[in-house]
Amino acid sequence: MPSRGNSILLLKMTTQEARLCGLLLREHFGDVVEKVGVHLLRSGTLNLRALAHETKTSLDLVKKCLCVLVQHGMAKFGPGRRGPAGPVEYQINCERILYMLRYPRYIYTAKSLYGDTGELVIEEILQRGQMTMSSVVRTVADRLTQNMEDGQSMDYSEVVNAFSKLVETHFIQRCPPVDSLGATASRTSSTGTADAPATTTPQSDQPESHPDCYRLPQIHLSGRGKRRRSSGDTEANGKGAKRAKMDNTEVCGDEGIHWQVNFERFHLHFRHQAIIGAVASKLDQTSSEIVRTMLRMSEVTTPATAAHTQAVSANEIFRALPPSYNISRPILDQYLTLLVDDPMEFVGKMGDSGGGMYVVNLHRALANLARATVESVVQERFGSRSARIFRLLLRKKHLEQKQVEDFAMIPAKEAKDMLYTLLSENLVQLQEIPKTPDHAPSRTFYLYTVNQLPTARLLLQNCYKTVGNLIERRLFETKENKRHLEKSQRIEAILASLQASGAETAQLAEVEEMITAPERQQLEALRHHINKLDSSENQVDETIFLLESYVNSASSR
Amino acid sequence: MAGKGRGIAAFTFNIEVLGLTRGSMPESQRGPQALFPQVEFKPVPLKAGEDEDYMLALKQEIRGRMKGLPFNIKPFSGRNDVERYKEKYVRECQKIEDEEWTPDWNRLPKELMPQKKKIRKKMGKYPKKPRKISNKEQEDVLSKLDELENKGDKSDEEKEKEEKKADEEEEVEGDEYDEELEEENDYIDTYFEDGDEYGAGSDDNMDEATY
Repeated sequence: MPSRGNSILLLKMTTQEARLCGLLLREHFGDVVEKVGVHLLRSGTLNLRALAHETKTSLDLVKKCLCVLVQHGMAKFGPGRRGPAGPVEYQINCERILYMLRYPRYIYTAKSLYGDTGELVIEEILQRGQMTMSSVVRTVADRLTQNMEDGQSMDYSEVVNAFSKLVETHFIQRCPPVDSLGATASRTSSTGTADAPATTTPQSDQPESHPDCYRLPQIHLSGRGKRRRSSGDTEANGKGAKRAKMDNTEVCGDEGIHWQVNFERFHLHFRHQAIIGAVASKLDQTSSEIVRTMLRMSEVTTPATAAHTQAVSANEIFRALPPSYNISRPILDQYLTLLVDDPMEFVGKMGDSGGGMYVVNLHRALANLARATVESVVQERFGSRSARIFRLLLRKKHLEQKQVEDFAMIPAKEAKDMLYTLLSENLVQLQEIPKTPDHAPSRTFYLYTVNQLPTARLLLQNCYKTVGNLIERRLFETKENKRHLEKSQRIEAILASLQASGAETAQLAEVEEMITAPERQQLEALRHHINKLDSSENQVDETIFLLESYVNSASSR
Repeated sequence: MAGKGRGIAAFTFNIEVLGLTRGSMPESQRGPQALFPQVEFKPVPLKAGEDEDYMLALKQEIRGRMKGLPFNIKPFSGRNDVERYKEKYVRECQKIEDEEWTPDWNRLPKELMPQKKKIRKKMGKYPKKPRKISNKEQEDVLSKLDELENKGDKSDEEKEKEEKKADEEEEVEGDEYDEELEEENDYIDTYFEDGDEYGAGSDDNMDEATY
């Protein structure tokens, strides 16, 4: 088991991840990018020519694909094994591709934090990979204006405001500067060695290491969002497009400064939400608000990978609590004691000064949340009695078969069956301890045990597989009903154009009836299925996030 | 249990020691598992709620939108021979504007830039060169041959030199364009085939890469 864990770390990618990456790439960027991307994933680092040759794709297409991947931060480039003079080599970032699964969640979070404007800012940047501030502001203002009532429009300055708030809270950041390739080559050639291809890329510089990372540029941009012309008259539309294009070329003073979404920051936010939510469901609302306050206080001072937050005293917590919570000082102390005593160990006590110094145990919280996830997976898949055995093994570490049967208070025959099922699913491991060197079974202890980290890894892989299957199923459903979908699309288009030209209601009804009742039923069923599949993807990703964070935190320890 | 045979009888020890009786062994598995095995426990229903619904809508919106963005690269299947009626309404209902995307080339390796200008130079030079040789240089050679008749071996050297020079030039150029020759960018070649050689540079600012 440990060797397998290592190989996962070394390759940073498994079969299931690669499959999911391919599916995601296809869904977002089309078949060609999928082909190029998957090949790059499989072979690690490659140069342009080799890539084109091995994928049997024309050089031009490969170039475009690489442009798209680099634009979205999914591929990196750098001087290759042959040094700065050799061909540029490309490398793909599997993790970043998998983040595409989480796009809805990033956008939703931005919406809940910064309203519609924040939502659209994040959405635009995610869809385009990286953008200059001025183009974000323009596009978002235009889109907001589009949704407003007639005569109203969105002022650019409001969007600028939302944008700068997102930058201040580090949800978006500048893309690290890329020098012209010659310059980067000389700078990174010292690190660029053949045996460590992961470090050969000039872009692997952490964006945070640049001082300007969160500095807003001065932009000269004033005005309001423009409404796109109604699609009815094409001439005006064409003119509008032309005007829009001219607007876009207007100089705003921030050319060359591109912004990207800071996924790490979003992940920190998700992690904190998960901890707060867990406290709320384990204890109560008030204690979750206390934990929320503690997390907010140490947000700036705690590094992202720290095992626990900076210690804060009970006095400080009391002062920082919003007055609306109405928590008096003695009650706060009681709550803190309660939180420290809780077996989930979300909060720890570090000292007694200042009324007691408290921390939030970030890594332990993640481990406990991951454990709860694994336990609930066992419970839902194998029943509550199997889950009892599983929890028993988690708590007691090593048990013999007889002990499992006794402690779990399950009849021997059934307990064996459950234990073997868990063993064959790799959720439980078996350890042999021979009393004599000949490993004779009669003189050997057979100890059953649960290793949380490998089990979490296993479940993570299962999750990737699940999402892959969900996407495949969705594609299959769509393909099966392609004819119906196309027909309904066509009729919708006809309806829209009729409506635009001011047709009578009778005429509209007639067109609508072109879809027969059974067809309508079938379409409804399809929509229901697809919604369910999509929702499942979103929700599996929540589990993926939790398990990933746990695995990462455990391996960084 | 080193695969000495099948079933319980194969064990070298008395399995009763482990607390197993004949009936308590799990059934051995025959063949691969079914693709969709019967699940003993029904899956829990999905979470429902406003936020889940909103994220679902976002997911579907993104999926639809990414198809229309210039980052979705379509293989050149070539112009469709027949314009299909379908395409018209598909374009209409998805409101695909033929949006153009010009990446910031400062942030990308030079080699990814489509090399239209260079290729155009190539197209301009290759057909010209033989013509040049055939007109002016041939005359030179002819006159030199005349001279040669008169002066004998002195001009021989000169001629050799000249030829060498020409060879060198060709070699240099050959090196430079070898790269392009390898490429299979057939679409650009055919695009500039029809007598575009002399217009080089006239519409330079139009050939920004647009995807």
